[in-house]
Amino acid sequence: MTSTFLPDKRTGPGAGAPPPAADRPTGRTRRRALHWLTAAGFQLPALVLFLGLVLLPMLFALYAAFFRWGGFGMPSDYIGGENFTRLFQDDVFLGDLWRCLVLVVLSLAFQLPFALAMAVLLNQRMRGRAVYRMLFFAPYVLSEAITGILFGMIFAPDDGFADQVLGRIGLDGLGGEWFADPSTVMATVFLVMTWKYFGFHMMLYLAGLQAVPRELTEAALIDGASAWQRFRNVTLPLLAPTLRISVFLAVIGSIQLFDLVWVTTAGGPDHHSETMAVTMFQYGFKRYQVGYASAISVVMFGISLVFALAYQRFVLRRDLEGATTTMRGDGK
Amino acid sequence: MTASQKTRAGGRTWSLHLVLVVVGAVMAVPLLYAALSGFKSTDELSRNPVGLPESWVTSNYTQILGSGDFWRLIGNSTLIAIGTTVLLVAVSALSAFSFARFAFRGREALFTLFTMGLMFPFAVAALPLFLLLRSLDLLDNPLGVILPQAAFGLPMTIIILRGFFRQIPGELEEAATLDGCSPFGFFWRVLLPMARPALGTVSVLAVVTSWNNFFLPLLVFTDAQWWTLPIGVQQFQGQYSAEYAKVFAYLVLAMVPALAFYSVAERQLVGGLTAGATKG
Repeated sequence: MTSTFLPDKRTGPGAGAPPPAADRPTGRTRRRALHWLTAAGFQLPALVLFLGLVLLPMLFALYAAFFRWGGFGMPSDYIGGENFTRLFQDDVFLGDLWRCLVLVVLSLAFQLPFALAMAVLLNQRMRGRAVYRMLFFAPYVLSEAITGILFGMIFAPDDGFADQVLGRIGLDGLGGEWFADPSTVMATVFLVMTWKYFGFHMMLYLAGLQAVPRELTEAALIDGASAWQRFRNVTLPLLAPTLRISVFLAVIGSIQLFDLVWVTTAGGPDHHSETMAVTMFQYGFKRYQVGYASAISVVMFGISLVFALAYQRFVLRRDLEGATTTMRGDGK
Repeated sequence: MTASQKTRAGGRTWSLHLVLVVVGAVMAVPLLYAALSGFKSTDELSRNPVGLPESWVTSNYTQILGSGDFWRLIGNSTLIAIGTTVLLVAVSALSAFSFARFAFRGREALFTLFTMGLMFPFAVAALPLFLLLRSLDLLDNPLGVILPQAAFGLPMTIIILRGFFRQIPGELEEAATLDGCSPFGFFWRVLLPMARPALGTVSVLAVVTSWNNFFLPLLVFTDAQWWTLPIGVQQFQGQYSAEYAKVFAYLVLAMVPALAFYSVAERQLVGGLTAGATKG
């Protein structure tokens, strides 16, 4: 079966407008044209905004990536694919790709399972549940820049709050230079990311858990399934669509990571926490190698696109088919 | 339930609570630490970083609250958040209405185009967007942030609103049309009032996203007159990097509006995020 992502053309059920009925020629064409114009008129403002400020800039980046260009006037020094070959020989950029992968793996291995555990915990009836939920999600509403600066100070090398606390509870060995040490900077960035974002994933899982019918887990309980078996064989499969979406968002988030890194380390020490977006910013806005920076944009775009399409094709396919059939089912 | 089962269940609940208390502490301590540190002098902060302040110094906070700079940042952030939200919600509602209630040629292609926008991070378009804004003379102009923020918010907002508009029964529209209502009349007088909860949700999302945006204002505003809160905080930290207590006070005050907004709009925010993620 092929996945089309969206319901078939014009059989979209939500449409309140009359379906294109059997053609009666008189007056039909005019009324149809009018109908189309009305529908299109409502789309016009959104379309202008989207084409002008989302699509056009992206297309322009694609164009500028083939030039040596400082960002002033129009690009004229055409150099073919040189920016791209340079990019894939650039140790910093290759490092960016590696670090992106590291963050994705860390997120999937630690952050999301932790968020899931907290969601399962807080899905039970217990005292203070609403307070914990609110507290765990609260960092999500804070600005990345503000969070970054806060943790930059908490993890100040040697005498910051984190080191002081670890020293007092006899764990001095765990403290250190944090953001300032090439070997610990990524772990520290990941720690802050988890603090800030796990609550968001937890909220997604909680919404998913709420949709799991109680009868199913109760039936499994009566059949003598243990708590783990109930989770593994009933809850988890039903939560799969939510998990897949959350993985998708975590990966996209890692690809575009900028704010948090920029305010804490600006990519340092010595590029050890640099991300693609930071490298792009450095070249585009600090060194005025705009053509080269555009090439980085294009590669980021390419990676996002390939990932999004592949994920949609191979992972989300079942969910979307489910979604479209439900949409057909309950359409009025 | 036998007594031993009860104790076992009791023991388990107890250990679960312990886990939650530990995680809760890890979440809350950075914020509490910042708030307390703001009440110390920088001198005391280096001597006594962990404990309560020996004497509660309020001057760090009052100095910031008494300076026009801080309030200008709040004003700019508010202006930009409101501008973005109004524009984004208005434009998205029109588009979502058309997607939900009209059958027209090219509809699915257009909708796919918008949903594709969901997959592309802002960072990708930042550089060319900056060049475009520069050529349109929109740098150091709040519109230079408002327009792109609205544009990048479109996919998510349209998807959420379209889903909501589809649930409104078609009979209503037929009745309105029979009463002589134009499509826009129906949209304005019937659909929008009914969609208030959904409009609230997407507005809350738009406000929070705009309020916290850092990248775009960083590119667009070189003139301090237009800086938003996140930019202002970063600048303040750069300027007073040695005076830790002051920076902590500044950070805390900068967090207050977002946390206050969250505490009143929690339901819309969480509802919007989960709806956006699962329906997108």
